[in-house]
Amino acid sequence: MSAGVGWQDAFVRALRGEPPGHPEIAALAGLPGFAVYRNTVWKGWVDAIEANFPAVGAFTGSRWLRAAAAAFATAHPPGTPALVAYGAGFPEFLAGLPAAADLPALVPLARLDRAWTEAHVAADDEVLAPETLALLPAGDLARLAARPHAALRAFWFDSAVPTLWLGNRPDFAGGGLTLHPRPEGLALVRPGPAVEAARLDAADFALLEACLAGRSLLAAAAACLEAAPAADPGAILYRLAALGAFAGLVEATETRS
Amino acid sequence: MTHSLTAGLGLKPIHFPHALAASAAGLWFEVHPENYMVAGGPRLAWLDRVRSAHPLSLHGVALSLAAEAPPAPDHLARLKVLIDRFEPVLVSEHLAWSTWRGVYYPDLLPVARTQAALRRVTDNVQRVQDALGRAIAVENPAHYLPLAGHEMDEAAFLDGLARRSGCRLLLDVANVFVAANNLGFDPAACLASFPVEHVAEIHLAGHMPDPEFGGALLIDSHSTPVAPAVWALYAGLVGRIGPRPTLIERDEDIPAFGDLIAERERAHRILAAPAARRAA
Repeated sequence: MSAGVGWQDAFVRALRGEPPGHPEIAALAGLPGFAVYRNTVWKGWVDAIEANFPAVGAFTGSRWLRAAAAAFATAHPPGTPALVAYGAGFPEFLAGLPAAADLPALVPLARLDRAWTEAHVAADDEVLAPETLALLPAGDLARLAARPHAALRAFWFDSAVPTLWLGNRPDFAGGGLTLHPRPEGLALVRPGPAVEAARLDAADFALLEACLAGRSLLAAAAACLEAAPAADPGAILYRLAALGAFAGLVEATETRS
Repeated sequence: MTHSLTAGLGLKPIHFPHALAASAAGLWFEVHPENYMVAGGPRLAWLDRVRSAHPLSLHGVALSLAAEAPPAPDHLARLKVLIDRFEPVLVSEHLAWSTWRGVYYPDLLPVARTQAALRRVTDNVQRVQDALGRAIAVENPAHYLPLAGHEMDEAAFLDGLARRSGCRLLLDVANVFVAANNLGFDPAACLASFPVEHVAEIHLAGHMPDPEFGGALLIDSHSTPVAPAVWALYAGLVGRIGPRPTLIERDEDIPAFGDLIAERERAHRILAAPAARRAA
């Protein structure tokens, strides 16, 4: 022991490629056996990011993603061993890289990959049967809100990122590999064992966004019509419920329309 | 409780349906609980189904028992949740550390086996066992470095740990083989001195030579079938001490489920052989 640097502090410094400040660890860090630990730790961190951001990996290539993951892990190593959920800050980290300026889809794809993980590990929840909505008395529409399912994640983009994301995910079909300039939204839901994805138009998203804000069904319908005057809010609500977007009906926390 | 377990398999999500359908006598499964520390979703649902069909063991990699700090309370609480839900037949961890100052380093990092370390690890194991309300088994990890400052060999350290804390031991024969190769000792002699009376479980796994240094540096990669030399050590051990629940670990380059079942059957046959029964 020496100079105030503890053995384990020095060991992790050496794992991270920093000067350990400890003579025994400095000597050990030069041995082939130390590289086994160093490689295993870095492989564990980088493998987790690569596994949790498959669309980013398909879009950029594995080599680029792994380099970005290593840089991320240097700045933000995992705080818990549940690596299945590692990478909460990775989209924001990518946004700070020079490559993000040249690849406008990069950060949105990462946000959707992250949302998939969140939906995948979200708490189990009820699924509201869409038929329940059809039976509601009209007077309840201003009072009740559709409670979002715990796994629901909804997004709106100025370009067709959802189609590009679906095209870069091996677990989904129906996407594409070109980023079209049309606006598009996406809902991720988990009505059964698997995360499912549904593209949204402006009316869908406006209604869902209002539901996520705790607004009443009546207010959500009004928001939907404001976004798309020709829309049928009742049909959209039914379709979103059938997707598994909602867990139940609750008192609205925000009833303004 | 564990006498009916023979040979088990490390379980990966890709094999969930096969595991659910498997029906070999004595078969059981083991998972890393860290992979199930989530709020909900299909992983937990699948493990519920597998658990309803087979005995389950939770084999942790992140309690960091050898760290110079107690196990993280939030991690321990999450482990307790899983134990309450899945009622595992075995719970185990490693004589290693992996979490330090709030950062998780996904490996089993080494510790100098000093008297002070023995007191510290004993205290950590007791904290864990108190929190979980049950004994755990502690595994000998693979070794790659000639650390300075050891005051006792691993067998003596683990024997002291088991006696002081009341924990059981998980003897990883592949780790003994890899460590013996890397640090230059006799694996058979190491196994002969191991405090087998505390052993509740045995692990077997494949290793690989380091890509740069070859056979001089073996890596406990869990990426290949169990090596013939490890099978020979295992058969000798079981013939001497009798059968113990034995797990085939595989974490990389996962083969077809049938290939793993074939390896598992080999361990099952060794456990059921007359030599093992006589030693029991």
